[in-house]
Amino acid sequence: MSQLAFFVNSDACSGCKTCQVACKDKNNLPAGVHWRRVYEVTAGTWQKKGEAWTASVGVYNLSVACHHCAEPVCGKQCSVDAIWKRPDGIVLLDQQRCTKCNKCRSDCPYEAIRFDGATNTVGKCDFCADRLDAGLLPVCVTACPNRALDFGEIEALRSRHSTGGTPPLLDRVFPLDDPAVSRPSLLIRPHRHAALVQDRQPEVSNWEEL
Amino acid sequence: MAAAKNIDTFGSDGVSRRCFLEIAAGVSLSALFGPLPAWAAEGTRVVRAGCPSHNCGGRCLLTLHVENGVIVRIETDDRPADGIEAPQLRACIRGRAYRRRQYHPDRLLRPLKRTGKRGDGQFAPISWDEALDTVAAALQRVKKAYGNQALFVPYGTGSYNQTNGRQVAQRLLNLFGGSLGHYNNYSWAAMARATETVYGTGVTGNQRQDWLNAKYVLMWGWNPAEVRDGTNTEFFLRKARENGARIVCVDPRMTLSAVSLADEWIPIRPGTDAAMMSAMAHVMIASNLVDAAFISSHCVGFDASQMPADARDAESYKDYVLGTRDKVPKTPAWAEPITGVPRETIERIAREYATRKPGVLYQGYGMQRRAYGEQVVRAGCALAAITGNVGVPGGWAGGLALQAPNGGPLWTVFPTGANPVTASIPTFLWTEAVVRGRELGAAQGVRGVEKLDASIKLIYAVASNALINQHANINRTAQILRDERLVEFLVVQDQFLTPTARFADIVLPACTQLEAWGVEDGWKYGDEVLLMPKVVEPAGESKSDYRICSDLAAKLGLRDAFTEGRTERDWVEAALTTYRKSYPGLPALAEFEQKGTGVFSVPVTRPAVAFADFRRDPAAFPLATPSGRIELFSAALHAMNRPTEIPPVPKYIPEWEGPFDATGKKYPLQLIGHHTLARVHSTMNGVDWLEEAFPHRLFINPLDAASRSLSNGDQVRVFNDRGELTIKCRITRRIMPEVVAIPQGAWWAPDAKGLDRGGAVNVLTSERWTPLAFGNAQHTVMAEVVKL
Repeated sequence: MSQLAFFVNSDACSGCKTCQVACKDKNNLPAGVHWRRVYEVTAGTWQKKGEAWTASVGVYNLSVACHHCAEPVCGKQCSVDAIWKRPDGIVLLDQQRCTKCNKCRSDCPYEAIRFDGATNTVGKCDFCADRLDAGLLPVCVTACPNRALDFGEIEALRSRHSTGGTPPLLDRVFPLDDPAVSRPSLLIRPHRHAALVQDRQPEVSNWEEL
Repeated sequence: MAAAKNIDTFGSDGVSRRCFLEIAAGVSLSALFGPLPAWAAEGTRVVRAGCPSHNCGGRCLLTLHVENGVIVRIETDDRPADGIEAPQLRACIRGRAYRRRQYHPDRLLRPLKRTGKRGDGQFAPISWDEALDTVAAALQRVKKAYGNQALFVPYGTGSYNQTNGRQVAQRLLNLFGGSLGHYNNYSWAAMARATETVYGTGVTGNQRQDWLNAKYVLMWGWNPAEVRDGTNTEFFLRKARENGARIVCVDPRMTLSAVSLADEWIPIRPGTDAAMMSAMAHVMIASNLVDAAFISSHCVGFDASQMPADARDAESYKDYVLGTRDKVPKTPAWAEPITGVPRETIERIAREYATRKPGVLYQGYGMQRRAYGEQVVRAGCALAAITGNVGVPGGWAGGLALQAPNGGPLWTVFPTGANPVTASIPTFLWTEAVVRGRELGAAQGVRGVEKLDASIKLIYAVASNALINQHANINRTAQILRDERLVEFLVVQDQFLTPTARFADIVLPACTQLEAWGVEDGWKYGDEVLLMPKVVEPAGESKSDYRICSDLAAKLGLRDAFTEGRTERDWVEAALTTYRKSYPGLPALAEFEQKGTGVFSVPVTRPAVAFADFRRDPAAFPLATPSGRIELFSAALHAMNRPTEIPPVPKYIPEWEGPFDATGKKYPLQLIGHHTLARVHSTMNGVDWLEEAFPHRLFINPLDAASRSLSNGDQVRVFNDRGELTIKCRITRRIMPEVVAIPQGAWWAPDAKGLDRGGAVNVLTSERWTPLAFGNAQHTVMAEVVKL
């Protein structure tokens, strides 16, 4: 079976959130509703030695949306079968069927499904399915000023971004949940400081923005 | 927008956003902008246009989807090719969020006249006729009473293309007999002036594709991910790193750029960069890592062997660094307690930069908007020179770094005409010209006359929130502007009721750049021209800056002289003719429109390198400095005879308010007002998609927060002798201890007691200017933070 996936180059991500707003513009999402958002992960401490300051501080950003999981758990408890998977692997949520019971929101391990109080709808990233069908790229991918996002058929995408002896791409870095739960279709190039950060009690520092 | 909450901007007569949208929906423009892409929804018109961008530091391309006269979606550059020679001009978060500004309920839709005391923010809507008659009468009256030197069009970038923005008002006043001029700006006053003292020009930057040739990049106080500094600058740096360059960022904040671009971040105490640079020079000299041959053939003032004739015995650069005269060797051990950077780190970075060549030392502008900001500029240029990184591919001369070979983008090509008033002041000193104009002369940077004849009595502010919000020491400025005996008439032309507009006697509603024709080329860097066609109709009764000035010109009997019979579109056509000299092959307007690309790019395949000719043959291609060489020692500065403030060699000078002095004891935190992606300076304040992405917060280190018993998200009070504001705090490891930051540009919103609830950093900044450039030193601030 075919499976589309996002590639996220966390190493090149500044956390500028252009992807987040491009997504909001495309989907007309009000303030407070994010289908794509960016974690700011920080760790480390400051030390003073004599008169000098040393920071053993690491930071990385991780842009995330719906991961269009190979085994989506969000739809398992949907009583009206409003969540379904296209042949290309995109996980879609049918607004017509949805009863706004919000079960999928609590089942998604990635908080990818969001409730919009203004329109009383539950929604999430649809991979810009309409754009894909028209031969275009997802709007977030075309938005990134530092060209840190990509997408494609997952194995082709993996090989495209695994050139030149680079370390293997990951499907999980902090704070993402265990990929065994739903097998997210996500390829991450971790930030060069990711190992250091994850060794030092990392935390998400921008909860109010998520 | 918080600042406007206590007045009803335009609601009293029923003209609301809803009403505007209905009006706009009735308008249909012909599809001028090229074929409709197959992917656009039926009935949608797609327009590619330069982003309004204001003064963000970039110039990007938007692809706007318009339905029934309303912009319904904003995408970006969709040209298929995205190579290094002419990469896509991808808009940042601000361009992508522009609909939320364009259709903001606080847009100004009608002319207003003041009904309360000046600055109280009470207004009533009036007709355009009444508004322009009032302004015209005031111009005539002040001109008659005080002369044209009493008229002033201040700095401002709230609208910023060739036919929109302050320059159209400048053209009008020039035709009206002139107005007091101003030179330099709030961005890089010290940078521009100091760079000239070293290189004789500001054109010291290579085309950015050349960064791919660098082996080392020192991003010193430079944060292109947030300040842009040319569309795609961060992308070129990413490519340089992928190409093998090691990138190190020196900055008090671990900026967005430090995270996405740098291999290493070195926090440094603000205002001490010149100390670290001097210590790096010490390492290079002591370890013989300087490029002695280049210094000998291309520089002056390095040591006693190359001092100018009229300063043979003066202290050379090497004397200062080694401490020959002052007995203070500028070693890394000396710099450590000043900068807060470990001596081993300083030594290592010095060795890396001196040996991993060619290398780029790029100096950001924030560190020169400080006390003695000229020094850090000259000190950085000196490091580039003594390592021989000047004039070579992959190197970088430092300083202002306008783009080789000819200065890059052209800034203003709209003809403002000659100003019959020859007097001009440094931009930052306009309040001095208000309170004591006739005392101002050369000592305050006045040019063109010995002394001013008049104080400023009438201000015509177009797209400028620099009178209140962006100028230093807001409480002082507000007091000055409230006094109607000083500035007798203040007209503000803008798109929103900014804190500056709240002080206006008359407010003229300007439309956005998406509602009028315009054109631009790149911002500092880049080799492209961006068309900005009129995309939708102006909101309410708003008009373009050009149209407003045309109508005002008519009231003054100057319409024909002002317009020359041209519309905005005609001026765009004229601007293209001017641009064509720099961008050969640039199509005429009709063809440009017909292509529908919105942008004309000149691919850069062989990036120009500044000073390449000088490097090759300094005798045949001397610099425009007095010596014709790189001036590590400036005889011109020496002749000014003010060595403690304006030394002829670059020095670290402790700031006039800092952590080591009495102010620092009272207010122990250094405060910087960095740029944020939530705004462009003060423009785009209150755009919800931006505010939620980058909430307005005071950034404070966990150690400083702990010693003040602060928790994340606490509402705090930030204060010093000049003022106080309140803001929520974000406790973050990404800022150095003893340093706090508030993103500049939030709108001033004082409560009845004068506590600013908007979080405008300029209530805390000082109006004191830098000694050589007369530039703003708005980052030199000490403050204290307590829980509110």
